[in-house]
Amino acid sequence: MTAMVDIRSVHKSFGSLQVLRGIDLEVRSGEVAVVLGPSGSGKSTLLRAINHLEKVDSGWISVAGSLVGYRRQGDRLYELREREILKQRTRIGFVFQNFNLFPHLTVLENIVEAPVSALRCPRKEAVRAAETLLARVGLADKAAAYPRQLSGGQQQRVAIARALALEPELLLFDEPTSALDPELVGEVLDVIKDLAHQGTTMIVVTHEIGFAREVADTVVFMDGGRIVEQGPPAEVLDAPRHERTKAFLSKVL
Amino acid sequence: MSLTSDPPVGKATASGAEREDYSALKVVPVRHPWRWVAVVVTAVLVAQFAHGLITNPGWEWDVFADFFTTRTILKAVWITIQLTFYGTALGFALGIVLAFMRLSRSPFLKSVAFTYIWAFRSIPLIVQLLFWFNLTYLYKRLDFGIPFGPGFFSFDTAGLVGAMSAAVLGLALHQAAYAAEIVRGGVLAVDGGQLEAAAALGIPRLRQLRRIVLPQAMRSILPNAANEVISLFKGTSIVSVMAIGELFYQVQVIYGRNGRVVPLLMVATVWYIILTTVLSVAQYYVERHFSRGATR
Repeated sequence: MTAMVDIRSVHKSFGSLQVLRGIDLEVRSGEVAVVLGPSGSGKSTLLRAINHLEKVDSGWISVAGSLVGYRRQGDRLYELREREILKQRTRIGFVFQNFNLFPHLTVLENIVEAPVSALRCPRKEAVRAAETLLARVGLADKAAAYPRQLSGGQQQRVAIARALALEPELLLFDEPTSALDPELVGEVLDVIKDLAHQGTTMIVVTHEIGFAREVADTVVFMDGGRIVEQGPPAEVLDAPRHERTKAFLSKVL
Repeated sequence: MSLTSDPPVGKATASGAEREDYSALKVVPVRHPWRWVAVVVTAVLVAQFAHGLITNPGWEWDVFADFFTTRTILKAVWITIQLTFYGTALGFALGIVLAFMRLSRSPFLKSVAFTYIWAFRSIPLIVQLLFWFNLTYLYKRLDFGIPFGPGFFSFDTAGLVGAMSAAVLGLALHQAAYAAEIVRGGVLAVDGGQLEAAAALGIPRLRQLRRIVLPQAMRSILPNAANEVISLFKGTSIVSVMAIGELFYQVQVIYGRNGRVVPLLMVATVWYIILTTVLSVAQYYVERHFSRGATR
């Protein structure tokens, strides 16, 4: 399998705070990587860097063979224009912790917006695709509703459908269930599991250890801006080698 | 021991006393005697005021009726509406540009916009209007061409900036400073996550603004913008210093001739009230349009 995401010695600071201190990570095509770690360990920043929502200070990230945010020409890297970055992002789906649905647009309009404006997909086709996606996340009857009329779990499922509408090669989830009531977590995780079983490549930042155990091909444990250890769930979750991982797991399990 | 407070069903309470049944009793609402006193006092005052409006001959309602819809007054109302319309349209157009200059990441554009807003909010409207009216004194000719180089077209400022366009220019430039801050406030009120989501979806930049940011910003822009339009509408009366035949100027001209000050001021007042009412109603419907999907 080829590398879908390739991250090499990525560093990032906010002012004097070093958030990422040399991250190396490879995620192969069709693989599900779950990133665990305490708050402030840099998980979300790493995820946002992959989508170029955060610009890294050094190192590089490539997705499906193309560098994120740069274009190589000979021995130089040219920074991409915003338009080109936006185009790159259409190949990567991003699901936020707070859903970030557009509150003034209906569920259907939320999903149709990006394919129509970013990919220039004909509206009719986009609507048909959106209806299929809504059925897939179990919300076929909510097309005309506004986001505020839905529960948190339903909103997050719409957000997933919205990300899928661009038919991305890679899906990034930033704590997709952290803003949900406990009884709504399951319905969102079920949708994500479904996607995983269909072979979608994804990186999921989460605190749901059970989900990681069930779905992840690779579990990545981060702390203090570094990857402490990574490997199959059976290794990292059940037989962690590092003290830091053990301490974290003993608190959350 | 349990902490549940469910009453025992169909039986006397633990103490053994019979449970009282209140359902047959008559409920007497609280009386508010002082509220009634206040109502009576207010009603008397309102009645006195209305009585005065009708019976006091000083109001000269017959003169009011004579002038309310005369051609001169209607024409003046039309000019007032035009001044408001152009002032608002140009003012907000420039205001939007200034707002995005202030929100941009370029320090130069930011400080230019900041300085503009600072300057035009500092200068009283009436002073500014008189400046524009006397533009000819400062610049005799306007040349269009290469900056600092030769010009292609040129105009005499005397012909170019008539009283009316000087007034529109003054109102619009003044309005732009306030509009810029209102628009900027509206854009800042939109949750940052919205732009992030739009960016993550790869939606083109202009489309992000037009489709995602502005419709949401409109909700906080509109109430303030309506205030501005209404205050500009009444502010057009300041233009009377430039001898433009808008409503207030025309009324002054007429009462200068016939001496009927009070009824003619009432003519202007009633027109201002009617048009402000129309604007308020329009505001209601425009706000309703932009509140789609909102819960409040």
